[in-house]
Parts: sequence; C-alpha cells; structure tokens
Amino acid sequence: MLGIGAFEVIVVLVYLLVTAYLGWLGYRHTKSAADYLVAGRKTHPVIMALSYGATFISTSAIVGFGGAAGMFGMSLIWLTVFNIFVGIFIAFVVLGGPTRHMGHRLDAHTFPELLGRRYDSKGIQVLTGAIIFLFMPLYAAAVIIGGSEFIAKVFDLDYEKAVLIFSVIVAAYVVAGGMKGVMYTDALQGGLMFVGMVLLLVWTYMMLGGVSQAHDGLNEVSNAPSLFGKIGFKGFTSMPEFGWGVKPAVEASAAGPGSAANPDAYNLWWIVISTLVMGVGIGVLAQPQLAVRFMTVKSKKQLNRGVLVGGVFILMMTGVAFTVGALSNVYFAKAEVIKGKVTEVVTQAPVFIKKERGLAPKAICTLLRIDVNNDGVPDTTVVAEGVNETAPDGKVTKPWAKLMPKAEIADAATGAKMELAVLQAGLAGELKGRELLIRPRASAFTRAVIRQGEDWEFSSDSIIPIFINQAFPSWFGVVILVTLLAAAMSTLSSQFHTLGSAIGRDVFEQATGMHNRGVIVTRIGMILGIIIAVTFSLYARGGYIIPRATAIFFGLCASAFLPAFVGGLFFKRVTRPAAKASIFVGFLVTVFWLAFINDKEARALGLCYALLGKHSLLVNAAGQATAPNWPVVDQLFVALPVSLLTLVVVSLLTKRPGNEHLAKCFQGHKVD
Amino acid sequence: MLGIKDPTVWIAYILCIASTVLCVVYGLLCWNRGDEPAEKEDIRWAQEEKKVEQELVEGPTKT
Repeated sequence: MLGIGAFEVIVVLVYLLVTAYLGWLGYRHTKSAADYLVAGRKTHPVIMALSYGATFISTSAIVGFGGAAGMFGMSLIWLTVFNIFVGIFIAFVVLGGPTRHMGHRLDAHTFPELLGRRYDSKGIQVLTGAIIFLFMPLYAAAVIIGGSEFIAKVFDLDYEKAVLIFSVIVAAYVVAGGMKGVMYTDALQGGLMFVGMVLLLVWTYMMLGGVSQAHDGLNEVSNAPSLFGKIGFKGFTSMPEFGWGVKPAVEASAAGPGSAANPDAYNLWWIVISTLVMGVGIGVLAQPQLAVRFMTVKSKKQLNRGVLVGGVFILMMTGVAFTVGALSNVYFAKAEVIKGKVTEVVTQAPVFIKKERGLAPKAICTLLRIDVNNDGVPDTTVVAEGVNETAPDGKVTKPWAKLMPKAEIADAATGAKMELAVLQAGLAGELKGRELLIRPRASAFTRAVIRQGEDWEFSSDSIIPIFINQAFPSWFGVVILVTLLAAAMSTLSSQFHTLGSAIGRDVFEQATGMHNRGVIVTRIGMILGIIIAVTFSLYARGGYIIPRATAIFFGLCASAFLPAFVGGLFFKRVTRPAAKASIFVGFLVTVFWLAFINDKEARALGLCYALLGKHSLLVNAAGQATAPNWPVVDQLFVALPVSLLTLVVVSLLTKRPGNEHLAKCFQGHKVD
Repeated sequence: MLGIKDPTVWIAYILCIASTVLCVVYGLLCWNRGDEPAEKEDIRWAQEEKKVEQELVEGPTKT
C-alpha cells in the first residue's frame, strides 16, 4: 500500500550512492572494457551480457510494454520471443562476431563510424549520426516517462515533479560519472533487475491463487465488455482477431446479435504485431548503442557465454513484465480492495480513452478520489461507474454504464455495502472522513485514471506503477522502483552517450574535419539531447506513448540501418551508393509513413492535417479508414522491404568496391 | 493449456522457453569455444577506445 516512509527513501538513496560509488571506482581504475582488451584480461561474460541486457531493457519495456500487455493482454508475449531469439541469439551468434572483427579492423568506435568506414564514406557516417541524434531523444523520453510514472506513484508526487527529479538524477549520472564502458554498474543493475522481476512474477501468481487460478481469472475478466472489442480484442489470454480489410456484416440470428460491417475489426492485431512486436523485435538488431557493445569483448568466446546469460535474463525481464501486466487485470477486477477516505466524488467526468487530434473519445464517469495515507490529499482515483450518454429521445447512444467498471463501496468498520448515491449524499455530513473499503472491479486500463492538466485520462503507461503500488507492500514497491531505476539509468546513459558521440564524433568531426573538437560538441550534444528528451516527457504523457515512441525509434533504425549494416557485414558486393541510398530511403519512407499514413502518429504530428486538411492520407474526413488496415500497419513493414530492395538493386547497378578496400574490411591484419 | 485459451498465445510462451533453452544449450556447448588471441588491430582498437572514453570525461587530449 502507499505510505512512503524514511525506510523507503533510505533504500533508494543507498542504491544511488552505491551506483555512484561504483561509477567512481570504475572511473578511477579505468576498468573499462577497453582496459580488459589492452591488458589482455578477460571481460567476465556475465558482466558483458548483463551490461547488454541492462542497456536493452529499460522502463520502456517494463512500464511501457508491460502496460500495453495490461491493456491488450498476453499477445505481447510474442515480443518476448523476438527479444530472446532475435535480440540475443541472432544478435550475439550471427552479428556479434563479424561486428567485432570489422569494428576492430576498421578502428570504428561508434555505429555510424562502422558503417562509414565499411563503405569508405564520410557521408554515410554523417547521415547515420544525424538520424541517430535527431531520433534518439524520442526513445530516451520513453524511458524517462516510464521512470517518472513510477516515481510519481511510489512517492505520491505530481508527474511533472517526478520528471524533473528523475531528469536531474539521470543528468548527473550521465554527464558527471558516465563513461560508455563502465560495465560494473551495468552488471550490478542487471543483477538487481533479475532478482526484482523473479520476485514480482512469483508473488503475483501467489497473490492470485496460483498459475491456473490466475489464468482462469484472466479468462473470466476477459468476458466483460471491452473498450477494444470493436478493434478485435478477444480476451487477455487470446490474440486479437486476425484478418485484413473490412469485416463483413453479421446478420442477427439465434447465435447472437448481428453487427455492421467493420473496417476496424482487425486493427488491434496489426497494432500489436506490426508495431509493438515487430518494431522492437526486429529493430534491436540495428540499435547503435547495442551493436557497439560487441566490439568491447575480447573474443567470440565471451559472446558465446553471453548468449546463455542474455537469454535467461531477457526471458525474466520482458516475459515477466508482459505476463504480470496482463495478470494485473485479474488483480484490479477481483482482488484489489482500497482502504481509504473518499475526498471527492466527481460526477459527469469525461475521461479520455484516447486523446488524438480529431479523435478524442471520452467515457462519461463518476469518479472517486481516495485518500489512502490519511494526509487529506487524494492518492488514487477510481471509476465508480459509467454514465450512459443518451439522445434527446432517451435512446442510449454511448453505453458507458456497461463499458465502465462498477466499483463496490463498503464501510470499513462494519463491512456493510453502500450505494454510490448514499455515499454522495452522505459525504458532506456523516460520511465525511469515514474510512471505506472500495473494490474498483476494473480492468487494468480502466483502473489507470490519471489527471493531465484539467483532463482525466486512462493511461496504460500508469498500469504497472499503480499495480505495483497497490498490490504489494511499500518495501516491495521500492525494490521494484530500484530495479526500474537501474534499468532506466543503464539504458539512458548509453542512449545519451550514443547521441552525443553521434553529433560530436560522427557528424561534427566528419563534416568539418576538426578531429579534436568533437568532444566538446559531444558533451553539448548530450546535454541538448537530455533537454529535448525531458521536454518531450513533460508534454507527451498518455496514449501508450512509451511503447509507441520506442517502436518508432527501433523501427526507424531497422528500416534505415539494418540492410546496410547486415549487408556490410556479410556481403562484399554491397556498394557505397547502395548503402547511402538504402539508409536514405529507409529513413524517408519511415518519416513519410509516420507523418502521412499511420493514423495515430500522423494525427500526433499534425503535418498532414496542416497541409491537406486530412489526418492521414488514408483516413477520410469522418475519421474512417479508406484503406483498412493500412493506417495501423507499422512503417517498418513498408520501409524495411523498400530499403532492402534499394540496397540490392543499387548494388547490382553500381560498380563493385575496390579489392583493396574490401581486404581492409574483411581480411586480416593491417600490414605495418 | 494452463488456462490459456488461445493456442497462438501458449505457443508463444513455449517459444519463449524454447528460445531460452536454445540460448542456454548453445552457451553451454560453446562455453570454451571461440578463443581468439588478441591481434594487433584488437589492441590498437582498445587503445583508441580508451582514449575516446577518457576524452569524454577529461576533455580532449592534446596531440
């Protein structure tokens, strides 16, 4: 339950101090990966794999995608399959060795530098660096939002304050202490993450009565009417409905009521699989901050050992996060009992289901604001009931009473149940300050009510923080908080270092030829990146922004860089113009699709609307897709095949690279 | 299986476990394989990497 005391604050402070100390130790003894290589010592494979894992997994995965699993169910587990098989096995076994060899042969220290030197092209290094610098803040923001959501819930703070506090901690860690090679702190963080997630999984299942019981409960709550039924939601233990195009109308019959033709019927499947699963699932192979880590190991042996550690680690991170996210629905629907005082009943409250330009459906609800820790300030808000919207003739136009949860209210002292109307009437008088027991009986999504400025909104990014905070004692909340801070900080430090060196070493030094000034630009770049990411975090909360922003960045990296990267590692026939064209095309198609086609993102950006008066090229004025389901297909599905085709076609049409250059990339040692 | 209704979902869980087992088995089989002596280029890379890292913290080295 809520109630952060001195103990919890001390635990967090101790963690921060230990991390700072390790960072300082590492710096003092320069125990970086490079040192191991120079000294001929071996980087412990557990350290290397944990460092990779801690960098890969962040609050984005646990809070953001975990929250998406809360919203959409266990279908997200497919992402875990990709995370392990592609993100660890394929990455380490297939790409790791060649990346290391080529990186060392070409003396490349950043991902853009690797591509630039492989193709003997300053332009490619600059272009790749620029793309990374422009878009990495988006992914960093996703991580910051996730961390801040959690800090806000655990410490009962306003979200905005949590962002600022978290940003200061991150900035201090990144700018003052962080070096990209300090693996000790990463390994500690990875270890903490592992322990935290094991505890979370075991405890959640125990709390819900065991594995089968919990899954039965999940099936039961799946039967309740869902906000996502129209776009294909079939239950928390099922995949969304698969299909393409308009689902034909069904006539009413003995089997059930009929339904109209539905062009959105399969949207959820394409959202979950193409954006959430494939965007990150494939994109991990072309992540600049991950690929460079392969260069830091002494030999292939370390990579081989790292596969074992990495596989188990990732299973426990995302496998647990997505399963627990889905299971939180059972907790909120059946197990949660909030003990506290209702400070306010908000009637006729419009709660945004989503908030997009031109598309902002709101559920009309009666909300209860509840003070749990007796400080007079409401700590959590639940939906008491939904209120139907009706036409003047009395016909129900929006059945919110059916779609929204109906909370159960009881007197804490006597256990006697109480009607909402009685509570409302008595709140000014005899029920003021009365301790009550409230069972939200909500789904995870409808439980996650947040206040954004003047508006109420359901936000899946708040599901995991609310679940951890409500379902577990506060010391456990702090353990998980520390786990998440660990995950976030290792990822953030690598992100900001990567974007800093992208602008400093890759763009600035290459474009200007000034090879000693890059460091200052790198530092300025890092600070700028932090400022942009923090600003975005303050304004972009809600609407499952965490997984969306992450998938956008991962998908962009895959579409722009993956063909040139993998092609460069394995195929001598790939030419410089082909790589350039492929990166350029992958980038352009991605940006075009985001701005003009993908319904959700095009609305967010507003460019299509500003230029053409339509929210997306494939959505008409009434908000209906004119070409279902393309507006929810991820840009990766189009941009990656196109950039791959570009790489192949242009390679075949252009002159093969010179043998001397190829020898430098692929064959042996430099002759001194 | 175990209360999960949709086969495409519990297949995903099985694939998660299977992928992890693949990683563990591969790691165990190749635990001692892949040793490579540090070549000149590896050492040169490491020295440059160290320089890059130090510059990030201490500022540009004078050349």
